[in-house]
This record gives sequence, structure tokens and C-alpha cells, in this order.
Amino acid sequence: MRPETERVKTVLLDVDGWQGHRAGQHVDVRLTAEDGYQAQRSYSIASAAEDARLELTVERLDDGEVSPYLTDELRAGDAIEIRGPVGGYFVWDPTVEGSVLLVGGGSGIVPLMAMARERASDGSRVPTRLLYSARTWEDVIFRDELEQLAAAPDGFEVVYTLTRSQPPGWDGYSRRVDRDLLAEVAPPTDELAQAFVCGPTPFVEAVAEALVGLGHEPQRIKTERFGPTGG
Amino acid sequence: MPPIISRGFRGRRRDDAPEGRVPPGQYLTDDFPVLSAGPTPQTPLENWDFTLVGEVDELYRWTWDEFRALPSDSVTADIHCVTKWSKLDTTWEGVSVDTLLADVETSAEYALAFCDGGYTTNVPLEDLTGGKAWIAYAYGGEPLEPEHGGPARLLVPHLYFWKSAKWVRGLRLIATDEPGFWESNGYHLYGDPWREQRYWGD
Repeated sequence: MRPETERVKTVLLDVDGWQGHRAGQHVDVRLTAEDGYQAQRSYSIASAAEDARLELTVERLDDGEVSPYLTDELRAGDAIEIRGPVGGYFVWDPTVEGSVLLVGGGSGIVPLMAMARERASDGSRVPTRLLYSARTWEDVIFRDELEQLAAAPDGFEVVYTLTRSQPPGWDGYSRRVDRDLLAEVAPPTDELAQAFVCGPTPFVEAVAEALVGLGHEPQRIKTERFGPTGG
Repeated sequence: MPPIISRGFRGRRRDDAPEGRVPPGQYLTDDFPVLSAGPTPQTPLENWDFTLVGEVDELYRWTWDEFRALPSDSVTADIHCVTKWSKLDTTWEGVSVDTLLADVETSAEYALAFCDGGYTTNVPLEDLTGGKAWIAYAYGGEPLEPEHGGPARLLVPHLYFWKSAKWVRGLRLIATDEPGFWESNGYHLYGDPWREQRYWGD
């Protein structure tokens, strides 16, 4: 178990016979109580296919059923049941040419992080910009690693917007992602090959609609809703 | 293989779940979560039509006004999303697929629903007929919101909800089954929630 932020932990799993996965896919986690009661939910994979362990980065939802168990109860050495990888659409192949835009809201960063890690692991130089919207600097998941990835001279950039509060001297964005912000951050329409948008439903709706409004092809925009109930 | 017992897991059980209405692996929600693969299409109603194509004796086409003039049903149904949520007693208004197919001569056994945004999903024709499926244009007494599939979506409540294609624009009647969008991306060809047919191999 690796703490990420106050509400977020990463579960590192040793999986016998894991066949690998594509960046953006998820797994189903199933928990079983002693009396046989079961609950299952889907969680995005955060790790790259080449990483030694399968990593699930989980935000604790206070009224959730599975996430509080994963963040608060699960201990190193425990076994859990997973199924996957699942999903063949919200996936990025870093060998495809053309600029990529990743837009994450809150814990919607998780599958995008798998893409960023996959890209680094593959040595890809595909121009990639990650726009990450979080409430505060403390809520930014994978902060140190994102800084490292952005520091490497291989065409990976990170742009933050902090919507609730900003640290002293903050010179990044401090508002919700809107059309004007995307106009500044997104590559031009003739350069953008793929956009991946993940976050809570209103966030995804707003970002996808704004990208279409800026003239990007709807077929190039892949979305995944993330949240207490959507998956 | 017996399930792995999760030490200390009790779950957040709802004791208001009526017997026999929540399929295996599902949990009840009172929300209406949104799930779609891309941007929400915005099609003006004056450009909207619904067509029946493929193995049909002629092209059938309804404009929005013609479609809305067809007899419609009020439907109350439980819906089950493959992402594990179920929602009971949802209320819809829509045109039965039986009504749309009433005059159609076809030898097709399957249908591929097609939608704004390029989404498709395949359903056996016998699952769309006999009072089992609708083209729904209202939810909870209100016009169907775009993020939930408005102006109209397919409603096939006895299958996982990805089969209830949002922004539906027509049905292609086909002789042999062919996978639609999610069915080509790891999800089950048929999708019966009671048999937990979520993914390939289920």
C-alpha cells in the first residue's frame, strides 16, 4: 500500500500470470464477506504494462463500499480477487503518431497516469500534454513523479489548474477547465491526434463539449467517467 | 475456485433491495450515472430522423415530428449497467420497436442500432420485439437529457444498459450477428445481466 494524498492510496498487487494490459484499461475488484456477501467495482490501472506490480490507485469515497476497504482495511500480504484487464477503447497506444492531450479531473488522472508511464517506459517522444485539474496542490496525485516526467526532455508536459486553493506564488491556472483554458492548452486541431478525458461526469461533459466546440474531431476524443457511481 | 474471503469486509448492504430484482454482482443506486465513450452529440431536432435500413423491403424513415406522432408507451423498468449499478423502477416514455417494425418485411434475425457519434450495438431482433424494447424520448416525465441519450435512446432494459444505445438514429436489420462498439471492445455479445454476461468469455 502506498499513500498518495490524504484520500488516495495505491494498492500494489503481485498477480500470478498477469498477461499485461494496455494503458487506460481497468480491472474489476471483488470483495467477499465471511457470509458470502459480495461487492465489486471497477478501478483503473495506474501502472504501465512493464511495471513489476499491478497498481490500482484508489480514492476513498466516504459513502463507498469497496474503496474504503481498499484504502483503510487492506494490508500488505492480503489477497484480493481481481478480474481483467477490461476495456478496449479508452486505451492509448504510444506508438501512434500525432499530438496527444490528456485531461484529468481529480482521481480521473489514474488511467492517464498509466498512459504517461507507458509512454515513458516505451521511450516514446509523441508530443503529449497533460492538463490536470485538482482542488488543491495537496490533492494532486503522483505529484513528484509527474514533475520528473515533465522534466525529461522527451515532449511530455504537465499543466495544472487548482480550482479551490493555490499555494503561495502559484502561477498556474486556478479555475475550472473551460473552453478558453483548453484553447490555450490543447494542441491546434490539425495536430491533435488523440484526446483522453477522464474525471467526474460534469467535468468530462464540459471538457469534451469544449474540445468539440474548438473544432476537434469528436472521434478523436475518448472519454471515461469516473466517480462514486459511474464506474 | 471458491471466492477469496476479504478479511474484515462487511460491505454496505442495502436491506431495501427487493428480492429477485438485483442481478448478481450489481448494487443499487438512486443516482443516474452517465457513461459514454466520447463527447455528447448535439443534433438539432430538425436534422434528426430515425431509419430502418439493411434487410428491409424498403427504407423506413421518420422525422422527429413523425416519430413523436407515433403511439407511445409508458414504461417502468429496472436497469442494470455493466459497471455494476442497478436502478429500480425507472420511468420512460417511448415508441415500442414493435410499432416501428409493424409494416416491415424482413428475414433478419439481428439488429445493429446506430447512433449519432458513431456508436453501435447489436441485439437479436427477438430481444427488440414482443414488448421488450422502445425508442425512448422521455425519462422521469421530462424530455431525455442529452447526456442520458437525448433526444432519443434505445431502451432494452432486460439486457445490460450499454445495449440501450444513446442518441440512437436507427436500426440496421442484419441476417447474422455482428459485434457493435463495446462488443468489439471486450464486452459480451449478448449481455444478459442475470447470467452476468459482462465481458468476452462470460
